[in-house]
Amino acid sequence: MAQGPTQPDREFENVLTKSATEVASFDRQEKTLLGRLQHMLHSSPALVPLIVLLMSLAIFGLLLGSRFFSPFSMTLILQQVAIVGIVGAAQSLVILTAGIDLSVGAIMVLSSVVMGQFTFRYGLPPSLAVLCGFAVGAAVGFINGFLIARIKLPPFIVTLGMWQIVLATNFLYSRNETIRSQDLEAQAPLLQVFGTQIRFGGAVFTLGVIVMVVLVLVLSYVLKHTAWGRHVYAIGDDPEAAQLAGIEVEKTLISVYVLGGLICALAGWVLIGRIGSVSPTAGQFANIESITAVVIGGISLFGGRGSILGMLFGALIVGVFGLGLRLMGTDPQWTYLLIGVLIIAAVAVDQWIRKVAG
Amino acid sequence: MNQTTLKAGLLAAAAIAALSAQPAAAQAVSACLITKTDTNPFFVKMKEGAQAKAAELGIELKSYAGRIDGDTESQVQAVETCIADGAKGILIAASDTVGIVPVIQQARDAGLLVVALDTPLEPIDSADATFATDNFLAGELIGKWAAAQLGDAAADARIAFLNLNPSSPSVDVLRNQGFMTGFGIDVKDVDVIGDEDDPRIVGHDVTNGNEEGGRTAMENLLQQDPTINVVHTINEPAAAGAYEALKAVGREGDVLIVSVDGGCPGILNVKDGVIGATSQQYPLLMASLGIEAIAKFAADGTLPAVTEGKNFTDTGVALVTDKPAEGVESIDTAKGTELCWG
Repeated sequence: MAQGPTQPDREFENVLTKSATEVASFDRQEKTLLGRLQHMLHSSPALVPLIVLLMSLAIFGLLLGSRFFSPFSMTLILQQVAIVGIVGAAQSLVILTAGIDLSVGAIMVLSSVVMGQFTFRYGLPPSLAVLCGFAVGAAVGFINGFLIARIKLPPFIVTLGMWQIVLATNFLYSRNETIRSQDLEAQAPLLQVFGTQIRFGGAVFTLGVIVMVVLVLVLSYVLKHTAWGRHVYAIGDDPEAAQLAGIEVEKTLISVYVLGGLICALAGWVLIGRIGSVSPTAGQFANIESITAVVIGGISLFGGRGSILGMLFGALIVGVFGLGLRLMGTDPQWTYLLIGVLIIAAVAVDQWIRKVAG
Repeated sequence: MNQTTLKAGLLAAAAIAALSAQPAAAQAVSACLITKTDTNPFFVKMKEGAQAKAAELGIELKSYAGRIDGDTESQVQAVETCIADGAKGILIAASDTVGIVPVIQQARDAGLLVVALDTPLEPIDSADATFATDNFLAGELIGKWAAAQLGDAAADARIAFLNLNPSSPSVDVLRNQGFMTGFGIDVKDVDVIGDEDDPRIVGHDVTNGNEEGGRTAMENLLQQDPTINVVHTINEPAAAGAYEALKAVGREGDVLIVSVDGGCPGILNVKDGVIGATSQQYPLLMASLGIEAIAKFAADGTLPAVTEGKNFTDTGVALVTDKPAEGVESIDTAKGTELCWG
């Protein structure tokens, strides 16, 4: 076909000699530098947050010097974002399916309260209480998933309702009682296990930090390289097309919310390690913080696009701004203001990148 | 609307009219309690105190609360509901001490007695009475205690302040500036946190009054100066969080943490040496005194009296510590446990 014009066999084919012979193709204009950048960002969505993260590290490093740019400070940021990072992983899964989960923080707190109260109120062994906490997380996730996938209710509404229900349950069940760190240490050290520190010179990692990083890496692999992961993306992109392609949309959606619930329960366990105690008033803003991390991390709220690594970078950016601005001694409101700017900028960049597909 | 429901509606309206036409004396006195949240043990205890007293005096009590600390809309709605409900009086722990004032004025214009609990309104005479802890004194007590514990070392102490939230509500300012006064720091403007230039101050950060915020704030301030050896905390959950942060860097043994509240977990933490000393306040007393005031007002219109020398009714504060310092009156944790709440 691509050999160029040949002598026609028949007379009526004579016209062909002068006709176009290339294979049909899209117009490929020479890409501008900006166009190429746009394309590159489209194919690796974690790049933008990574660049912003490195830039903010560099800027605060220049402004603050070794107070900020030390192994201790860098790992401290990791410790401070561990909870948001884990909850953000659950949020990422849900948002990739074009959903949203407003109940993540509430599930986290309820799970941590169950882990604590089952140990102290009913005298269960801590390991069993932890399992119960995970069961509660999975159960709430299942209800969310069932209502969204089977009953076809909008995710925003379902999880808005579930947020209130779970949070109220948490306060009613816990009777607003905090279990003290000292009691946990004496009777149920397993609950605090994620607070365990591992030191390398000045760097301090907690088990919670390591679990967050491992979780994000595992999920990143699963999303990219397993059938289930590709289905999650496909459903977020176009659920009807996914259905037609033979994906079990309902089952996959429910599995996403159940897994989300389990991850939130894990976050609840890590939360106990971080604050030492079991407090029913913790994690009030985890839903908003996780959505913030996801959005700054370049995951599209319209579903089907973005990477979970980006979410981790997004969470870290918030952490870097938080610590950096505090070290500079600014009013805490400036942190919120700048994070607001970042959110809007991130979505604007997302919209611009999306044009590459059009 | 069809005929039946219309009739039913008219009947109901007639019934309501008949009820309200009854003489006021035959009605039970009703009162409202509006707290900042339903979740903080402090307000839970306050509600218990109010309910117990209301039951004793035969007052019908309705309770309302904001969803989170700072939720003024819910509190405004609650005040409006109480006015509409014909309550005799309102007990309120206001989230926004300035923003709530217009609707409080409406309530007073409608003839209700308004008592501010725990948190004074701004200006304080926006309410008929205020039953509260003297938060400045609470701060002053722990400040004096910390200075006395350090002795000569107080002259080069490194002090961190873990405050409540960025909007610096009055309770935050009073405890913070009270601590400084007690410790011997020149506070400059007593209404402003952060205008001091004493070199012993490392910095201020906010905690939202919980463990998570306390830990993060302590970590941040330790980054500014790892030699911090005195920590003022807005309440005991924040103190518990700060302790976790100190433990993580192995400094828990040589830092003095002081706090305010006197909740039962907090007192246990004083006993265990997590917190050096805490100023205990008495929410149950605030609420029961508040209900009594409404009962008296409903009976003969008397207004509650203020504590001598103050522009509010002081419900008392006591320093709880097992390491008493000379010149600072205190009670031990055994006594503190008897009196604790939450």
